[in-house]
Amino acid sequence: IRTTWALITPEQWEPHLNIECCTGSYFSCWFFLFINNEWHDAISGKTFPTVNPATGEVICQVAEADVADVDKAVKAARDAFRFGSPWRRMDASDRGLLLSRLADAIERDAAYLAELETLDNGKPYAVAFSVDVPMVIKCLRYYAGWADKWEGKTIPIDGDYFCYTRHEPVGVCGQIIPWNFPLLMQAWKLGPALATGNTVVMKVAEQTPLTALYVASLIKEVGFPDGVVNIVPGMGPTAGAAIAKHMDVDKVAFTGSTEVGHLIQQASGSSNLKRVTLELGGKSPNIILSDASLEDAVEQSHFALFFNQGQCCCAGSRTYVQADVYDEFVERSVERARRRVVGNPFDLKTEQGPQVDQEQFNKILGYISVGKREGAKLMCGGGVAADRGYFIQPTVFGDVQDNMTIAREEIFGPVMQILKFKTLEEVITRANDTKYGLAAAVFTKDIDKANYLSNGLRAGTVWINCYDVFGAQAPFGGYKASGNGRELGEYGLESYTEVKTVTIKVPQKNS
Amino acid sequence: HLTHTLTHTYLPPLSIFINNEWQDSVSGKVFSVYNPATGEQICEVQEADKADVDKAVQAARLAFSLGSVWRRMDASERGRLLAKLADLVERDSIYLATIESLNSGKPFLPTLFVDLQATIKTLRYFAGYADKIHGASIPMDGEYLTFTRHEPIGVCGQIIPWNFPLMMTAWKLGPALSCGNTVLLKPAEETPLTCLYIAALVKEAGFPPGVVNILPGFGPTAGAAIASHMDIDKVAFTGSTEVGKLIQEAAGKSNLKRVTLELGGKNPNIIFADADMDLAVEQAHQGVFFNAGQCCTAGSRIYVEEPIYDEFVRRSVERAKRRIVGSPFDPTTEQGPQISREHQTRVLEFIQTGISEGAKLECGGKALGLKGFFIEPTVFSSVRDDMIIAKEEIFGPVQQIMKFKTIEEVIERANNSDYGLVAAVFTNNINKAMTVSTAMQAGTVWINCFNALSTQCPFGGYKMSGNGRELGESCLREYTEEKTITMKMVNKNS
Repeated sequence: IRTTWALITPEQWEPHLNIECCTGSYFSCWFFLFINNEWHDAISGKTFPTVNPATGEVICQVAEADVADVDKAVKAARDAFRFGSPWRRMDASDRGLLLSRLADAIERDAAYLAELETLDNGKPYAVAFSVDVPMVIKCLRYYAGWADKWEGKTIPIDGDYFCYTRHEPVGVCGQIIPWNFPLLMQAWKLGPALATGNTVVMKVAEQTPLTALYVASLIKEVGFPDGVVNIVPGMGPTAGAAIAKHMDVDKVAFTGSTEVGHLIQQASGSSNLKRVTLELGGKSPNIILSDASLEDAVEQSHFALFFNQGQCCCAGSRTYVQADVYDEFVERSVERARRRVVGNPFDLKTEQGPQVDQEQFNKILGYISVGKREGAKLMCGGGVAADRGYFIQPTVFGDVQDNMTIAREEIFGPVMQILKFKTLEEVITRANDTKYGLAAAVFTKDIDKANYLSNGLRAGTVWINCYDVFGAQAPFGGYKASGNGRELGEYGLESYTEVKTVTIKVPQKNS
Repeated sequence: HLTHTLTHTYLPPLSIFINNEWQDSVSGKVFSVYNPATGEQICEVQEADKADVDKAVQAARLAFSLGSVWRRMDASERGRLLAKLADLVERDSIYLATIESLNSGKPFLPTLFVDLQATIKTLRYFAGYADKIHGASIPMDGEYLTFTRHEPIGVCGQIIPWNFPLMMTAWKLGPALSCGNTVLLKPAEETPLTCLYIAALVKEAGFPPGVVNILPGFGPTAGAAIASHMDIDKVAFTGSTEVGKLIQEAAGKSNLKRVTLELGGKNPNIIFADADMDLAVEQAHQGVFFNAGQCCTAGSRIYVEEPIYDEFVRRSVERAKRRIVGSPFDPTTEQGPQISREHQTRVLEFIQTGISEGAKLECGGKALGLKGFFIEPTVFSSVRDDMIIAKEEIFGPVQQIMKFKTIEEVIERANNSDYGLVAAVFTNNINKAMTVSTAMQAGTVWINCFNALSTQCPFGGYKMSGNGRELGESCLREYTEEKTITMKMVNKNS
């Protein structure tokens, strides 16, 4: 990685890093605030480091946005949203075309983006390249298609009136995204917001700002008007809070921990009642019945928990196994966990990279201790996996009881909890006995049991004989404290829309 | 080999397209394709007949079989293929506009900026719908779990006209492929060339073999074979009302295939005294003369409110006299030739009828030039509703202007037709606009505009102008079969 000062125009030096990609070419790595299609220093001049979690080394310093920078970004977004602006006057189909072009540009630079994602987040490159980036492209293309299809209605109202609804954009949308899927979370937020015509102020996670900032350069390249998308890297308690309580932001969408979700909702109430959608944590139950195909269930359950270093809001972190098959399931799961390849994320054989930072690393090790202390049976792993970076061994606990801390609290790491159950009625009650409700899964061949459980589980997504199956077409979101609102699918458009009813007096209504 | 406005040479395909392969007709027959600006032959094209239709149906049926590549494909991937096709049309748009102009006589620049853009946008619009076609999960009574699947219908026959060859191809392929059907498309015998080039792009885009099949040929042979085929699940026809009736009869006689029809029109354009006169005159002029009058949407009955009638006629005549008729490749040309000698003759006969029935010929009225099939822009005033030129679709550059007194009268006169495709009203008064637009028995009503069409908006006819809608979300239901699946449940809960 070389820092160079690249001459963009005779008047303007724009500092950025040049990173050599595996394809042999050099790409820019941007580390400033992106406001009004321009790169800005933070008003305070402050920066923060972003770290490579595989080594603990600093990649570069990034400009740190605070309240004053958020104000600047909101002003830019508000101006881009004014009545008569290029963005407001644009054909809906042209908004869709811009999103399509953004997807094309990301596809063009896929290898580099996957590399940068792996460098900043630690996820295995093979996964970033074959899962994260393609899903980003599909999500943007999906929402590109919705732009000119999100229709209001005409309505047979009583009286001599002609009545119709318009689906208008909400306005300036604050979007706060997490570090576990940096690129994908950016796409999940930008897709519906831009398809419906909003403007955006996005705060990216301080652990992983780099790929979102590169996408910002593509947003400018493909031709989004100034101020439509603004990206401010910064900390939650400063920049994030500034967005959540801003008097001129119309809506905030937050993905992150339930703990911070509470704060966002309170901030909206104490400021301007901005619309709030939340995608929060989970402690998702994964229910294995005795008639399930055991080999498949073991592999899927392993994937359900350990994917992305265990750092998934929908991780299947309570694996309920029916008594008849419990012992064999545990034995096979332990064997599988022992086989999990932990290592350098750029090694294509690696299945599991490091946790994202020191704080997460410490927290997870803390949970492992608590688990042992409270009497869960440590079957494998339980410790640090390397002497630098934030690697943790794939860890499996058996004989877990519902009231243990590791069965109730979200660990967000490679720690699997296996619990035993007898009957369907019992397992539904135990599975639903949580403040969370993000996802759930059922492994069975029996059609009645599958229907009974999928109907009874209080979770926003229920997987049957599979796990972590996502599509841009399928809505995703939480019951209870796992959040409110849905992302993806047609449903994902609703929270980015204000419905306006227009009623016109007519001389004589006819059907 | 065509090197018209281009710097390099293209070889347009001239055969039948089945299973992603170019094939000669089974009979060995070919037919000629002409340049209507000169009357000269451009080339010969393989002529599909019943035997070729049978071959194509077999290919389309196989491509539709359960477990096929096309049936197993993600909906989003179908959308990707359509988006790719749109990109390829965009890449070759100058070439396509050239061939379209050469073969149909449409002026080149409007073809490039209107027809090609509409074609690309329509394909992109339906590309976006492919993975957004939703069924429902339904709160049924009883211990059941019920949901619907929106499945493709199957093998769809599509017969398109010569007035907008490329656009009509996109209007048909877009929704059909988005919904997952396989297709047999017969372009008009006058204008097969651009459609055949689209076939080459379909293959280049990566559609599996048999999904799209293109059969150039004639209505009474290839078209009739499609309409009465026992193994085609649906037929979509755009063309004359006369032939539309035959298609519906054929479907009834054969296998009750689903039928959608986009037929003719004799569309009323109502101008109130409070309208913006400049706007109304220009829009009424373009409304009837666009595409040399060869539009199903032609505003061919212009009702003008009495106080402004004389002024409106005067300005319309002056505008018609200014209309530039000439070679499609001349950038100043507004109006090209009619599509064929036969159609030119038909239009001239209508003009004669108008004169003999007592309408006042204000300008034009004759054929223009020695070569090709040109007609002077023609205006009739003092037209009465019972005249033939006021009742029958002329499909040529002939404008009829009538007078009216009251809003109730003009609504009744406008609706007094077996047709019902479009209507327009020009007024600044919101109440008149709401009243007239609600009252029109027409699938599209324009207020202070004309021919404002876009791929997002459903389009189709009331009464004998057709049935079903194209474009917009509405047309997707014409290309899907809805299946209800009801599963016994144990212990249903809300």
